[in-house]
Amino acid sequence: MIAVRNLFKTFWQPHRVDALVDVSLSIAAGEVVVVIGPSGSGKSTLLRCLNRLETADAGHVFIDGVDVLDPKTDINRVRAEVGMVFQSFNLFPHKKVLDNITLAQRVVRRRSKAEALRKAEALLAKVGMPEKAASYPDQLSGGQQQRVAIARALAMDPKVMLFDEPTSALDPEMIGEVLEVMKALAREGMTMVCVTHEMGFAREVADRVVFMDGGAIVETGTPEHFFVNPEHGRTKLFLSQILK
Amino acid sequence: MRTPSAPPVSRRPRSDYIGAAGFFAVLFGLAAALYAATMQVDYVWRWNRIPQYFAYQQRTELRAEADGEIEAVAARGDRRLITVKSDAGVHLFDAPAEGVRVAPGESVYAGDLLAVEEHWRPGLLMQGLWLTIQVSLIATLFGVVIGLFAGIARVAKNPFFRWSALTYVELIRGSPLLVQIFIWYFVLGTLFNSILAKNGLNQIPPLWYGVAAMATFAGAYVAEIVRAGIQSIHRGQNEAARSLGMSYPQAMIHVILPQAIRRILPPLAGEFVSLIKDSSLLGIIAIRELTKATREIVTVSLQAFEMWFICALLYLILTFSLSLCVKYLERRMVV
Repeated sequence: MIAVRNLFKTFWQPHRVDALVDVSLSIAAGEVVVVIGPSGSGKSTLLRCLNRLETADAGHVFIDGVDVLDPKTDINRVRAEVGMVFQSFNLFPHKKVLDNITLAQRVVRRRSKAEALRKAEALLAKVGMPEKAASYPDQLSGGQQQRVAIARALAMDPKVMLFDEPTSALDPEMIGEVLEVMKALAREGMTMVCVTHEMGFAREVADRVVFMDGGAIVETGTPEHFFVNPEHGRTKLFLSQILK
Repeated sequence: MRTPSAPPVSRRPRSDYIGAAGFFAVLFGLAAALYAATMQVDYVWRWNRIPQYFAYQQRTELRAEADGEIEAVAARGDRRLITVKSDAGVHLFDAPAEGVRVAPGESVYAGDLLAVEEHWRPGLLMQGLWLTIQVSLIATLFGVVIGLFAGIARVAKNPFFRWSALTYVELIRGSPLLVQIFIWYFVLGTLFNSILAKNGLNQIPPLWYGVAAMATFAGAYVAEIVRAGIQSIHRGQNEAARSLGMSYPQAMIHVILPQAIRRILPPLAGEFVSLIKDSSLLGIIAIRELTKATREIVTVSLQAFEMWFICALLYLILTFSLSLCVKYLERRMVV
């Protein structure tokens, strides 16, 4: 489903950071992969390279066999198949919740108004807030906003969902409701790549955990392997800091 | 024991009253000083002569063209149709009922007054004001269109668009409007009109060169306002739109610009207030807008003091009502 081959990315502003150093990773359809690691380890950059929000300097990303980094690739078609959820929600503040979910369906998928509305209402019910259709994003709590953002991404019927620290900006009491939606999604067989600090979620839902540090993948394995007997020193250190 | 009392009345501090009194004292003091000064130089204020420059009654006289006789005065609503029969033939005159000066059967000689008609005509000041409004509106319209495209080009990735827009903006903002008006009229205008004349086409009147100068001038400032507005929208908005598969133009149209417009509106209004005021420069290329009209009236009437105050007041009314409109729009657009 997703194949990452020898990916490199260096940022030069404001100073040199080697965000990705020779990263390779394969993700099968239906697999849930959780990427963890200390901040600045390149996990978000990796995620953003998958749909070319960041352009990698070297290497390849294939999604469903399509070379994402090839300039000839219609990136908009790729992105329509790859849903993304951001740390800061990034809902469109000038549009109501329902319009947030229908906009891309209408503009990108060219669905009829009725079809887009039907889809949006169904998804809003799925994320547990059908009564908020006519609200504006700033009238919602953080958890509600993030659930709308998930519904917005799902409305495109993506093959893959990317989550970029979806609960990091939330108050503690709202993290659960967002994770529940993500767990339900995983149970339905959605292919997911999640960058998160929620170790409980990783343990419960992930098929595979990837630990990154210094722009490289240090260790990868099943949650059992990962949390019970990690091999690498840096992994142990990180886990001991985060799980104490 | 506390007794129940009336709800507390908010009391203004004494300094407020003193401040307000001081303000009005200074205001009236200045007016009085100005008046006293004009008395010193024996200036005669004649406000009563001013209204005619807003609107005046034009009197048209209908006179017989040849010797003859009034055959009939037929009523047609408020108007009368006077039929004059003479050796030269039958002539008809149309006049308002109250202006008719003859009756059927009367003999008239060539040049005799048959009827008078009085029309209200806009005075020079009104014509100038109207022209100022027209020029400002058209220049605003084109200025917004130019500025919108130039502003979007300023943030484009393609160097062709980015550099073109930057050059345009810097060129326009770096030279005085007065000079630009001269260039539009005396350089470009001469070129265009000469080429048009060579090809046997009609000349473009100076008004349009003036409008072009104002529009390109405003466009450069609008471009910077639009650029700032677009860049003030959080990067995440664009990323969210693009991650859903929207193209750059789609993200612009559906996500970025609608949010940017709200932030653009207040500085944009300021720009158009400036535009209205700057249109006073157009008088120098023979466009009789408000300032030029005032100057002409001053030359004829010698009522310089009254006229310039009136002129300033009219500009103030224009700019103030524009700000009010924008304030209303802003309130409407707040989510």
